[in-house]
Amino acid sequence: MTQKTEIGYNSKVEGEVIHTTVDAAVNWFRKNSMWPMPMGLACCGIELMAAGCSRFDISRFGSEVMRFSPRQSDVMIVAGTVTYKMATAVKRIYDQMVEPKWVIAMGACASSGGMYRSYAVLQGVDQILPVDVYIAGCPPRPEAVLEGLMKLQGKVAKEPWAKQHFKPTAK
Amino acid sequence: MTSAAEFAQQLKDEFGELISEPTEFRGEITVNIADASRITEVCEFAKHELDFDYLIDISTLDHYGEDPRFSVVYELSSISHRQHLRLKTQVTEEHGEVPTITGVWRTADWHEREAYDMMGIKFVGHPNLTRILMWEGYPHFPLRKDFPLEGKPTEVPDVAFTKTAPMEGGPFVTIASSENSTVREPRRRNPEDGK
Repeated sequence: MTQKTEIGYNSKVEGEVIHTTVDAAVNWFRKNSMWPMPMGLACCGIELMAAGCSRFDISRFGSEVMRFSPRQSDVMIVAGTVTYKMATAVKRIYDQMVEPKWVIAMGACASSGGMYRSYAVLQGVDQILPVDVYIAGCPPRPEAVLEGLMKLQGKVAKEPWAKQHFKPTAK
Repeated sequence: MTSAAEFAQQLKDEFGELISEPTEFRGEITVNIADASRITEVCEFAKHELDFDYLIDISTLDHYGEDPRFSVVYELSSISHRQHLRLKTQVTEEHGEVPTITGVWRTADWHEREAYDMMGIKFVGHPNLTRILMWEGYPHFPLRKDFPLEGKPTEVPDVAFTKTAPMEGGPFVTIASSENSTVREPRRRNPEDGK
């Protein structure tokens, strides 16, 4: 069985030319190497750790490099209950991440406050951060985390990166 | 081995009218201290003479609408005697002060900070009476009965903020029962509805 379209690096065609668009190439680089900033705040953090361990193995999707430095990460996974006391710290860490950056709200608490309808809890991290993907569950299974990551990869793959950065020259 | 009831009696022999008659409920002994400002000397005696070497917890109650409004409860434990003793005292809303017992048990430091943070009771002489759960500058005391569950909006520039939580017709309350899960499920039960 022969594959008609080759995307990316292939040693059989080394030395030859790959035809693609800048957008497709850049997005392909990006989406297969999303380094997460694990913002583990509650029990969702434990499931996120499970997603990173051998059984579920988040490295199959290029996201095994959990960075505890915001300067080196691409996607912030907000895993758990964001209290108001923590909210400003979460915002600050997000601000320290370099562009381009994405946010996954993992679990009911990060998405909407969850069961905590109270004075102490931020009712959804989307009130302070631009969230790209919401993962349902309390806490979500590691499979759900992986699906959320794949959804984000699908979103990154469609970003018009070059169109935003280079204007077509007028003839 | 000396029992908690005997320890309570020794407290009463020492301090007389200050200490109420010990009450027993489910094997636990409670004494009430009439004057909250003398809590330190009672605790000193309990620790050094009666050997209550461990302070388990300090908790507070809000009897909203009554006077005195607040109760402060000290849970004492003696590891060597394997006994538990509960001291209670009352604080009025206007006065709102209790002497600290951090000089007796150092662990009282954080317990008293939490009581201050959540209920607004001041502990006179505490080495560092600042908020422990909420942030510095938060203006309310959330576990008081007149504080709404959904909270009150606050804004401390560059530090923190809160908004009112959407209650969606709540609060959602479970009624303890041996019925099936449909009956036990948390539902909207507002006291005004009479349900």
